[in-house]
Amino acid sequence: MALDKPYNDIPGTTIFDADQSRLGYHLNQFCMSLMKAENRARFKADERAYLDEWPMTEEQKLAVLARDLNRCIAAGGNIYFLAKIGATDSKSFQQMAGSMTGMTEEEYRDMMIKGGRSIEGNRYLGEDGDAQPHRQPQGKAGQKGGN
Amino acid sequence: MAKITASVYSSHVPAIGAAIDLGKTEEAYWKPVFDGFAPTRQWEKENPPDVVFLVFNDHATAFSLEMIPTFAIGTAAEFQPADEGWGPRPVPKVYGHPELAAHIAQSVIQDDFDLTIVNKMDVDHGLTVPMNLMFGSPEAWPCPVIPFAVNVVQYPVPSGRRCFNLGKAIRRAIDSFDKPLNVQIWGTGGMSHQLQGPRAGLINAEWDNAFLDRLINDPEGLAGMSHMEYVREAGSEGIELVMWLIARGAMDDVNGGKAPTVRHRFYHVPASNTAVGHLVLDNT
Ligand SMILES: [Fe+2]
Repeated sequence: MALDKPYNDIPGTTIFDADQSRLGYHLNQFCMSLMKAENRARFKADERAYLDEWPMTEEQKLAVLARDLNRCIAAGGNIYFLAKIGATDSKSFQQMAGSMTGMTEEEYRDMMIKGGRSIEGNRYLGEDGDAQPHRQPQGKAGQKGGN
Repeated sequence: MAKITASVYSSHVPAIGAAIDLGKTEEAYWKPVFDGFAPTRQWEKENPPDVVFLVFNDHATAFSLEMIPTFAIGTAAEFQPADEGWGPRPVPKVYGHPELAAHIAQSVIQDDFDLTIVNKMDVDHGLTVPMNLMFGSPEAWPCPVIPFAVNVVQYPVPSGRRCFNLGKAIRRAIDSFDKPLNVQIWGTGGMSHQLQGPRAGLINAEWDNAFLDRLINDPEGLAGMSHMEYVREAGSEGIELVMWLIARGAMDDVNGGKAPTVRHRFYHVPASNTAVGHLVLDNT
């Protein structure tokens, strides 16, 4: 029997369940390795060579090289693991979270200061909130008509 | 006999730790957050615990995907602040209480909760940030701490009901420890926040405040809340709030005693990506 996934109807959200965890095992374990200072240095010196030491998929490696966290999550990454890449790049959780919305750092920070993203329209897929698929990317990137 | 005198609830946002470490607590952005905990820091000075039983979650720090314990009790004599990738936080070493921890492990496991016993574990911001919020930044922490880590990273996490009943079992264990210790139980994490995907930045203040109301007045009912409600209404990382029910389940009123006194309540948005909630419930 397949896993029951009642959470698949929430917009803009990936739940890190056993399937995602299996998919992302080596990606996430690569991220864990960055908790050691010497590994961070080796990764920074030659990212591709360091990634090639891990049995990750090509898509996972490209997503890491592009620092595209949405792609990393689709490939099985979990934000607490991916945060180790952000730490290596000296990025905060706010910069990392914001990068997944399409907003600029400033736009995302302003949204948070104004009370954060509203829940209205963002509970179920098919509503019209700003996290819904038809409204991506957000912020100035979205207004340009997407590029 | 040992006794649970109070429960304390708090978010454990990593950026709060960074603000402390970088000396930013007086800046306009952070000052309201730290001011919101000032009454509790004073109250902790006047009512110092002998031991804190601290419920938190590990954020891919001590536990990678190699092992994912649902409930893990730290029974070691000491725990180092972890290097989460930015270098270890400059906070004091955390001393445990191996004797009480071993007693709780034995009692709770015999009470049908299958804990993982951990003798070596670095502790991350989930534990050290609440310590700073409640105790400030002393040279050494004022008391020993029993770290209790809950898996809220890989779904499924334990249910609210399971957490609430576990709190009751922890309470029975502490009640049966034959030394006169004043124990506080802390529940940390939350409140509403989502750190991933296009819905990142979600905050639901109305829901958070209703959660605080129910935690005070209707913990039994709140324990029945489904995972899906946490995730949908409070964000994918808002699920951390199930950990608050462990602390709440250890209080007098849900174990045949009287209702707690609310010593302090605080709510603030934002700290980085997160809504900060805080509550102090006193049994005395
Ligand atoms: Fe957390």
